[in-house]
Amino acid sequence: MTLQEPTPDGRFGEFGGRFVPETLIPAVLELEEAFREAWVDPTFREELNALLADYAGRPSPMTQCHNLSRELGCQLLLKREDLNHTGSHKINNVLGQALLAQRMGKTRLLAETGAGQHGVASATAAALLGMECCVYMGEVDVRRQELNVFRMRLLGAEVRTAMSGSRTLKDAVNEAMRDWVATVAESHYCLGSVMGPHPYPWMVRTFHEVLGREAREQSEVLLGGPPDVVVACVGGGSNAIGIFSGFADTATDLVGVEPAGGAAVGRGVPGVVHGMDSYLMQDEFGQVLEAESISAGLDYPGVGPEHSHLAAIGRARYEAVTDDEVVEAFQLLSRTEGIIPALEPAHALAWVSRERASLAGKSVVVNLSGRGDKDVAQMMDILA
Amino acid sequence: MTAGVGAEGIVVDGRRVIGPVETALRDRRNGGGKCLVVYVTGGLGADWLETTRAVAAAGADVVEIGVPFSDPVMDGPTIQAANDVALEGGATPVGILDALREADVGVPLAVMTYYNIAYRMGLERFAESLMVAGVSGCILPDLPLEEADPWLDAAALAGVEPILLAAPTAPEDRLPRICERSRGFVYGVGLLGVTGVRSELAASAVEIATRLKLVTDLPVLVGVGVGTPEQAVEASRHGDGVVVGSAVVQRMVDRAGPEGVAELVAEFRVALDA
Repeated sequence: MTLQEPTPDGRFGEFGGRFVPETLIPAVLELEEAFREAWVDPTFREELNALLADYAGRPSPMTQCHNLSRELGCQLLLKREDLNHTGSHKINNVLGQALLAQRMGKTRLLAETGAGQHGVASATAAALLGMECCVYMGEVDVRRQELNVFRMRLLGAEVRTAMSGSRTLKDAVNEAMRDWVATVAESHYCLGSVMGPHPYPWMVRTFHEVLGREAREQSEVLLGGPPDVVVACVGGGSNAIGIFSGFADTATDLVGVEPAGGAAVGRGVPGVVHGMDSYLMQDEFGQVLEAESISAGLDYPGVGPEHSHLAAIGRARYEAVTDDEVVEAFQLLSRTEGIIPALEPAHALAWVSRERASLAGKSVVVNLSGRGDKDVAQMMDILA
Repeated sequence: MTAGVGAEGIVVDGRRVIGPVETALRDRRNGGGKCLVVYVTGGLGADWLETTRAVAAAGADVVEIGVPFSDPVMDGPTIQAANDVALEGGATPVGILDALREADVGVPLAVMTYYNIAYRMGLERFAESLMVAGVSGCILPDLPLEEADPWLDAAALAGVEPILLAAPTAPEDRLPRICERSRGFVYGVGLLGVTGVRSELAASAVEIATRLKLVTDLPVLVGVGVGTPEQAVEASRHGDGVVVGSAVVQRMVDRAGPEGVAELVAEFRVALDA
């Protein structure tokens, strides 16, 4: 199979949809139409490709990890999204959406952020294209990701602290949606993952397919074909869907790794929040549970609907790792390869490290979705 | 053929054709009055049921009970805060509906909650549980027309009046489609934004009421951003009435007690009757 376009009502299998207040319906319909038009317009594609190459630094390399491979007993390769401008895969989607927003005549970018990577990427794109930018971030995350808050402000964005609910990513999404309901005429909501109402899950995946295509080509060169296993961390699931898209039509085992405290696919049941029907951590009455993870970027109780679909049909599987395993993996990659990973992809590495026995002799590509600079202060405290 | 009007609304051959919410609002309109629907956060404080009864006695035609949800994206700071307090106090959808069953409020009731509360319970079971609790109407603000069919079917089967929202951003051809599927009344969203009191009534409140009146005979009520009796009068001039939420909930949050809340509702009633 290859990853497909969702149905006209935005469904991947039984998941997805367009569960937004009436006020936003014209905006999501307009966005879908604008995206469809832009995506088949060679001018738009050339402009985006030029930015991805000359501004973001694509293609990102694929690195063979000789030292860690020896230690783990498998052949480990990293797709180096950490080397993109702004330090993560988020820039792929943000440049696409910002260009699209500009084309739609919008002057303001709205974004939510957890770890701050999507917020920084949005602020960057807004600075580049001369747009206003407002980023919502939960109070808890503002505290643990001070550095990224400063970065966003330096880039000219306004950072608003979300004080409601669990004060993390889920509440930042709520605040961004409330802002969008009030400012829909001039604002584009630059959603940071493959979640939310249709067309976002599909559009954001499409913008990240570039990394999957590159990884496929690089695997051909380095391995002579697709790897045995592709592993990526999953919060909303954008980096994972990006790399899965490059291998969905192969026999490669696709593994998404969730934090144990935010395992929507592993522990959730279908629910509707943030515009989509997808696996969701919730209580018996339908109240959304608070995710708990060491990683602000994965601290999300839901997951993108296409991941729910891939899990339901068995094309991808979803595993969970604990915070302790993540801390171990964070240090392991730093020590063996001289690469400090972000805490998010450290989840994928943690799973590989734990499963080393069953992965023995196999080729494994991990999507290293972001670099660890932002997490160094937090890790100093944890390892002190 | 037997037809009758009563607490069950208008019933023809044992089948409800017009529900209690719509009946009450049509009665008010036919009498030359303006309709007043008042929102009360369910489970907020020990006296929320008493407040509900006091609100009805003070002149609300319908009381809308908010069933708190963890992620209320259409609500502003006042109702969010009330939600959080109620949830921390142990409010659950089942608990609120059980309490309403015995409440004897004296006017028709509607609930306002978010789709996941209904979805989690199962749409048919949710609709039935509303009927058992004596709740006639239901508002789900994050369920747009495109996604509403399963809920509208379940509501119709149980006899619940699904009240749909119509937003200022809706293109012309969308409004009749919403009105066609809505029961009880059609809820005109008064402004681009979430619930909450504003210093002035938005021009869009008058506009949405006017646009809706052109396409429907259903009662047209305007809510979101209607925070004072003066604003209620202004918003009702072109429609059939208003929904008042945050202003009332603020009183509840301030612990004004059932009398204090009823006092405010009476001010709205007097202004609308003047």
